Amino acid sequence: MMAQRTKAQQNYQRIAQKHIPKPPIFRNSCNAFLVGGLICVIAQAINNLFLSRGLSPSEAGAFTAITMVFLGALLTALGLYDKLAKIGGAGSAVPITGFANTIVSAAMDFRSEGYVLGMAAQMYKIAGPVITYGVVSAIIAGVVKWILVH
Amino acid sequence: MQTNHIGKQTVVFRSLPSISHTFSIVGPKEGRGPWGPDYDTVLPDEVYGEQTWEKAERKLVVEAVNNLIQKAKLQPDEISFLLAGDLLNQIISSNFAAATFPIPFFGLFGACSTIAEALILGAMLIDGRYGSRVIAAASSHNKAAERQFRFPIEFGTQRPPTAQWTVTGCGSFLIDDSATNPRITCATVGRVVDMGCKDPNDMGSAMAPAAADTLLAHFKDLAKQPADYDLIVTGDLGKVGSAILAELMEEAGFGFVDNYLDCGASIFHPDEDVHAGGSGCAALAVGFAGHFFKLIQAGKLNKVLLAGTGALLSPLTSLQNENIPCICHAVAIEVI
Repeated sequence: MMAQRTKAQQNYQRIAQKHIPKPPIFRNSCNAFLVGGLICVIAQAINNLFLSRGLSPSEAGAFTAITMVFLGALLTALGLYDKLAKIGGAGSAVPITGFANTIVSAAMDFRSEGYVLGMAAQMYKIAGPVITYGVVSAIIAGVVKWILVH
Repeated sequence: MQTNHIGKQTVVFRSLPSISHTFSIVGPKEGRGPWGPDYDTVLPDEVYGEQTWEKAERKLVVEAVNNLIQKAKLQPDEISFLLAGDLLNQIISSNFAAATFPIPFFGLFGACSTIAEALILGAMLIDGRYGSRVIAAASSHNKAAERQFRFPIEFGTQRPPTAQWTVTGCGSFLIDDSATNPRITCATVGRVVDMGCKDPNDMGSAMAPAAADTLLAHFKDLAKQPADYDLIVTGDLGKVGSAILAELMEEAGFGFVDNYLDCGASIFHPDEDVHAGGSGCAALAVGFAGHFFKLIQAGKLNKVLLAGTGALLSPLTSLQNENIPCICHAVAIEVI
């Protein structure tokens, strides 16, 4: 349980709330749609390119994901992905390029603490929860499907 | 025995210690700000030729102290004490920088209020005749602080409008018994205030009540009014916190009279994408060592009240959903 706020704290929160600016949610949502959409259009173009070169749809999908992860990592290393994310928000965080950004940015940051306990240990600092809960939800979805099928 | 303690929280300095020299060193973004020409050194980049951000911040402290000693035409062994602090865990910037000087050292942590804490303690040391020259310094580095308190530097994230940008820089002050102007006349030591704020991306509204608490104590203890000062300067409340402070003071009957300014809200150029403004130990340290000290020397300001504000949180307490306890120390600097 969270500790209850005292009367003085409640009064102060009322005063403070008047001055705290709200994030521009509508503008942020539009930007997220545009940036996220742009990333997906690029991925689709790459996917089409692989398909036109004779790859099967599943192979093309895998190679597209690999290419997008590479591009996300490259833009992170060049110091550009965080600038894109400042505009794009969720639009740049949700696609697989954002996942690459979490790992590469952490790896770059913790390089100064060494390759083992720094970079390798800390590179999943932000991506870790995504992997953990991704696996957990996959298991739950699998169990639900098994129950429905049997 | 007569003490120099007045009212609840205030001390007066009978011998009126002097601030005889200051030195300020800042990063490029700070250099592009409105006070850019006032800083002693503006770095072309934040790496400062070092391998890590932490080493870069340490070098800021070493340079700020070294250059201050040179500016005052002194030798390191003529300094009685060095008082310094910063934001990094175990105040590593100050501790490691102090290893390069043969000066007795006190490491301080008051988060972003550190320079006010250092000036008060330095003035106490001089006033108590425990030494004749004390250096007070405080530093912060945007990238080193970002790593410790938030996310990896290149991680893409959108910051809320209440977020602030840690100032890169170090300000140092020579406090002595030289009887030159300006003098440190009195100071009000803050209490830790917790008004139930939790958001580490909104430290302005967490710190504003601590600033109000200390400023009100200062005016009541000394039977003064805000109008008695040419300027009241807070450290890093930012745009949000400084607006809240102005309202709290008005409500308490001690409203500012167009003589209030926050370093965090003023230190960067308005076009910089820093949301609610600057933060960090360096905001007040370089703001005063660079800009306001020059205004005092030029005779444009005579009575200034510096109020250093600090959010005493750690990344651990934030994750454990604790409130952010805050503090503010006020120190009066006057031309006599």
